[in-house]
Amino acid sequence: MSLTAEKITYSYNEGTAAERPALRGVSVFVGRGGWVSVVGHTGSGKSTLAQHLNLLLTPKSGKIEIDGKTAVPGSSGARELRRKVGLVFQYPETQFFAETVREEIGFAPSNWGLKKDELEDCVRAAAAAAGLTPEVLESNPFRLSGGQRRRVAIASVIAMKPDYLVLDEPTAGLDAAGVRDLTRMLNEIRAGGLAVVQVTHDLKSALEHSDMMLVLEKGREIYAGTPEETASYLAEHPVKGLVLPPLVRFAGRMRQSGFDIPIISGIPAMLGALSEGARRI
Amino acid sequence: MGKDPIISIRGAVYSYKGAPSPALCGADLEVLPGEWVALLGANGSGKSTLAKICNALLEPTQGDCFSLSMDCRDPACVPLIRQGAALVFQNPDDQIVASIVEEDVAFGPENLGLTSGEIRRRVDRALELTGLSEHRRRGSHSLSGGQKQRLALAGALALEPKVLILDEATSMLDPEGRAALLECLRELNASGMTLIQITHIMEDIARAGRIAVMQSGRIVWDGLPADFWRGEYLRFGFDEPGELALYRELISRKMIPEGTRPIAEDMAEALCL
Repeated sequence: MSLTAEKITYSYNEGTAAERPALRGVSVFVGRGGWVSVVGHTGSGKSTLAQHLNLLLTPKSGKIEIDGKTAVPGSSGARELRRKVGLVFQYPETQFFAETVREEIGFAPSNWGLKKDELEDCVRAAAAAAGLTPEVLESNPFRLSGGQRRRVAIASVIAMKPDYLVLDEPTAGLDAAGVRDLTRMLNEIRAGGLAVVQVTHDLKSALEHSDMMLVLEKGREIYAGTPEETASYLAEHPVKGLVLPPLVRFAGRMRQSGFDIPIISGIPAMLGALSEGARRI
Repeated sequence: MGKDPIISIRGAVYSYKGAPSPALCGADLEVLPGEWVALLGANGSGKSTLAKICNALLEPTQGDCFSLSMDCRDPACVPLIRQGAALVFQNPDDQIVASIVEEDVAFGPENLGLTSGEIRRRVDRALELTGLSEHRRRGSHSLSGGQKQRLALAGALALEPKVLILDEATSMLDPEGRAALLECLRELNASGMTLIQITHIMEDIARAGRIAVMQSGRIVWDGLPADFWRGEYLRFGFDEPGELALYRELISRKMIPEGTRPIAEDMAEALCL
């Protein structure tokens, strides 16, 4: 069971003078329970890729496969396949419209003709998965804190019972505690079998949580690898708009100065190497 | 410029309608001209409310607030305060009004009754400072999140305020955009602009000259960054960023000099890496 994008090419305003290529042959693969982070600068095509995974955009060439089935845009099958991939847009809370969290989360399932108690079960399960307590369901979503609002937005996508969750910049605008809580929640959801594809320029959260990373630049795939491999690559080949976390940058400087330490090192390892002067000459 | 505070808030209390507890309960803050203050605190600690009071967008239910030596309660002063102590919010979509970038930047100055030459000068300068000159003719809706934040900042800068209040206004910027913006803020501050920056981003905080911490609607700590890094940071329950933990170890082992900033590159330089 997997979600695959194969050699996707896409241009905005195709066939007009304003044509702008956004993706030039990008591939990504995520299996159930996996976590892939797509990282890149503004304009690298990462949001465009996210929208392809959810079949919101139709590629010019290449294909999207969901659980082994090729998604044919516009077909009745595509509708069914799209439901398997939940997309959480950037700053999703700006799209809130309901007066209570219950109504907000239950909006999509309420269109499925569920009975009242089935709908309530669905809302409660989604809220719980997103780490929201039942009391929050009565609240006005506009009155919640930034971190809570983000959870409500994610819960409203989880309520559609997707197998793959694609999130566009899920940590943007959250404070350190908010980022930590959110990533912990995503890890729990993933443990339940849901796959996560995170589009982000937050390299810290990408390096900490992903199984695999994909680096995009101007619509091209420039690197794919594990977090460790990707950090080493980026330390040696800086990419515009992608700044490694401070400790990784510090380890990079140590490695450049001849210290033999992994690029993702703990502070004790760094201090140990520095105080022993364990520099390779 | 004298030593009189440019912002002076005493015992400010503010309650939102229908909210169970007040957002501010006796906040005090004095900011001197030319200072760069980072205002920290968890979500819901009252930072944004305090920012809106500095800008006369909200009137405190109790307490006093003077911005640029003007009383925020005096209706005649309110427009002057809003122009002289400009506020930039987190969500740029809340503050972009025109469909073309340069027209959006011109909106503020046009309302000040300036000559067209002066409006053009201000717009050009604000676009230049925020790195948006090449996008001036673009539709404001077509900008990315980070570019929209820069546009919101350009709109505030075009007012040529004495005080610039940034409420998480760099949250959508990517690290490079943030570095460019910090450089821009550094220049503005060096030329005398007072900055109050609400942020939780370490790189931002490390550049401020003074740090104030809010908790439950009050300022609970106010002092110099070096004192803050030494231990206050943890006392307020903030997550300790990795580089700060490393910084503390390096300082306590006397491997880097006091006064080094807890920024990876500064520490690497200090260690001659």
